Amino acid sequence: MSGDKRLWQFHGGMPLPGHKRVSTSIPLEATGIPEMLIHPLSQHVGSPAEAIVAPGERVLRGQPVARATGYVGSPVHAGSSGTVVEVGSRPVPHPSGLSADCVVIRTDGEDAPFTGYDALTNYETLNAPALRARVRECGIVGLGGAAFPTSVKLNVGVGLKSLILNAAECEPYISCDDMLLRHRAADVVAGAQVMLHALEIRHCCIAIEEDKPEALEALTARVAEIGDTRIEVVTMPAIYPAGGERQLIQVLTGHEVPADGIPADIGYLCQNVGTAAAVASAVLRGEPLISRVVTVTGSGVRQPRNLDVRLGTPIAKVIDACGGYTESARHLIMGGAMMGFPLNHDDMPLIKATNCLFVASAEDVRPRPPEQPCIRCGECARACPASLLPQQLQWSTRAEDFDEVEALNLYDCIECGCCDLVCPSHIPLTQYFRYAKTEIWNRRQERARSDHARNRFEARKTRIDLEEAERKRRLEAKTRALGKASQDEDTRKAMIDEVMKRVRERKTPDSAEDTRE
Amino acid sequence: MRTFERTMAPHLRPAASIPRLMGEVLIALLPATVAYVWYFGPGLLLNMAVATAVAVAAEAAVLAVRNREVMPRLQDLTAVLSAVLLAFALPPLTPWWVTATGAAFAIVFAKQLYGGLGYNPFNPAMAGYVVLLISFPAEMTHWLPPSGLGLAPERADLFASLTYLFTSHLPNPLGWDSIGGATPLDEVKTQLALARTVDEIRSTALYGDFGARGWEWVNNYVALGGIWLIYRRVIQWHIPVAVLLGLIVPATVFYLVEPGNYPPPAFHVFSGAVMLGAFFIATDPVSAATTGRGRLIYGAGIGVLTYVIRTWGGYPDGLAFAVLLMNMAVPAIDRYTVPRVYGHGR
Ligand code: SF4
Ligand code: SF4
Repeated sequence: MSGDKRLWQFHGGMPLPGHKRVSTSIPLEATGIPEMLIHPLSQHVGSPAEAIVAPGERVLRGQPVARATGYVGSPVHAGSSGTVVEVGSRPVPHPSGLSADCVVIRTDGEDAPFTGYDALTNYETLNAPALRARVRECGIVGLGGAAFPTSVKLNVGVGLKSLILNAAECEPYISCDDMLLRHRAADVVAGAQVMLHALEIRHCCIAIEEDKPEALEALTARVAEIGDTRIEVVTMPAIYPAGGERQLIQVLTGHEVPADGIPADIGYLCQNVGTAAAVASAVLRGEPLISRVVTVTGSGVRQPRNLDVRLGTPIAKVIDACGGYTESARHLIMGGAMMGFPLNHDDMPLIKATNCLFVASAEDVRPRPPEQPCIRCGECARACPASLLPQQLQWSTRAEDFDEVEALNLYDCIECGCCDLVCPSHIPLTQYFRYAKTEIWNRRQERARSDHARNRFEARKTRIDLEEAERKRRLEAKTRALGKASQDEDTRKAMIDEVMKRVRERKTPDSAEDTRE
Repeated sequence: MRTFERTMAPHLRPAASIPRLMGEVLIALLPATVAYVWYFGPGLLLNMAVATAVAVAAEAAVLAVRNREVMPRLQDLTAVLSAVLLAFALPPLTPWWVTATGAAFAIVFAKQLYGGLGYNPFNPAMAGYVVLLISFPAEMTHWLPPSGLGLAPERADLFASLTYLFTSHLPNPLGWDSIGGATPLDEVKTQLALARTVDEIRSTALYGDFGARGWEWVNNYVALGGIWLIYRRVIQWHIPVAVLLGLIVPATVFYLVEPGNYPPPAFHVFSGAVMLGAFFIATDPVSAATTGRGRLIYGAGIGVLTYVIRTWGGYPDGLAFAVLLMNMAVPAIDRYTVPRVYGHGR
């Protein structure tokens, strides 16, 4: 434990107004159980879970209602006891704004627990695969926002140096990790111990930004209390986006994660502190992931605060628990003020990835000033934590020169929004980059599709040619063969035209906004 | 169910804007303007007025012809700034049509015909100035000596300045012989050509404590404004420092080798348009290199070229040419100074 550990800096970034006090003035509390719980089957990248309950079936709190399919997958558990009333499509919080399959439960108010998972208090006698299996069956995913299955992340090879628990929480407005640490530091530290055991390593660093003194105190007190020398608490300056996995590792270790690799490649594993607490519950108490801490904030809610909410609770109910909306509520954003995405309405459930509901007024989120021409001031490049050249990227994106965009390493853009915030010309750079990423992806798909089609076409053509040659030899009907070949050429041209038309249609600005991932 | 308006991340808004940046640059020029007027009379203000009026009118006209929105562009103050910088580069007494030609060229040809703000490869003010230097060589060398220092028997007051502005003749009984003078840089060049040594030249009344008299103080105030801009983070330090070093290093080397034939570095730095160039002209973002390293190369190039043109070229002050030459090198500099991206091998 030390506050004077040597730290490094990452390129760019910026201090931002935190707006965290808004939501940390009242203690963390659990919300009640709503009448309906809606559990989406797909809450993160990877394959969606598969429902294992049918309408009419009674379920208990924590009982699995959907099982993981595929390696990068995670099961879903009932948030409370009740009856399954529907398995079908519902609006879910996703950047695309689309609906997805959900298990809907009408709760019975009894909150009767499922007892299928024993408490593994003897975890130190268990091996890594057994612990990972527990983490997986309890549906634990990263609670920092990306919701990547934790068991997959924990499955790293040998050579790991250190586990990094991320409590940086650099995004404005979000304070759920802060509040979690103030109230449940013990769980976080226990989770760290479990993971250290599962990873078979002897060092864990819990990194926290210096603007959270209460959380820091609670955390250091707990670490001192149990006297585990493997765990080190490190404070670092509050510079956005220090909580980004790659930036955090750079600040703590001075090392960079290779662009085409993951942190484990250089010996580090990052987990969010909320995830650590969830791991502790799953292993030590046999509790699957059925609730999470969420920050509800912004001028659009009457009483901004942090709540411990059952997953699947409709967002409208969460807002009710904060005294409802104010007159100025105008935008509903899931996530923080820098990277969160907008929701069109509040009739969707809270999911594992919901770390923050930011209900913004027109003051909190001002309209974007009109875009001016880029004056090449280079501020965007100075601010970019990935050391990219946003100005040249936007230039090539506008010119639709996507080869150049890729050459400028667009894929290293973490969409942090720093470049946007310093641009005197108010160019929506981040939006350009999201558009470029989707566009490149779409083109690749198109190319793959047309390659496929071409391959088939060519295989067919070869076959026909062979047949033709056969026939030619036999019937010496040269002219027919030529006629056939030119006809095929026409089909192919028509197909290419069709593809080009689709590509052009996709270029409308609206689609750029809607297709985020 | 309640519905909400969409907003795309990031949801916070930038604090900076082009008019704010340009406004700060204009404010930073205030102390230098006052000093300039103090030493060289009110001519600068008249030139600024003519240049600004013409530049703004030209900008509006071209934008209207190009079917672009006029008001947002005029409000961004970039045309005003180009005009003011051009006025700073002109002799204090300049006939209005000369100034107007320079301002119009700067805006119409150097800026708008390349596509307007953000697309111009050349610094508009310097392009306008160079055109005048070539087209009106006589008018561009009629400089005033700094007043109040006994360098000229009489000085040009507001009336004289206005008369000259409109008619290109000085009111009786004034004449260029009584009020005019070459710039110190001009003078040094001429005198060195006459085989005088630098020490002999420096002992004349034209020279102040560290640079050319009067000029040294104007340059000081320009630098002051420039440092303020760095402090306010409107500009970065790279370009000014590189320009000054690019000039000082060769000047020092040659001065040390042959002090009789080469003026000392301080004289170079505090004479002519160096400070203005280093802090206000070379830092024009549109026509400069964009990365930190690129800007060091770009600035150093301007400094060195300025020294070369001053010392061996045909013009007494080479800054404008140096800037335009380095403007041309910007695409290449940008290409070779792309920073290493996070996570890509060192
Ligand atoms: S910050 Fe904006 S104006 Fe400046 S270089 Fe980047 S994109 Fe251009
Ligand atoms: S959004 Fe992308 S380009 Fe912009 S600063 Fe962040 S990483 Fe760099």
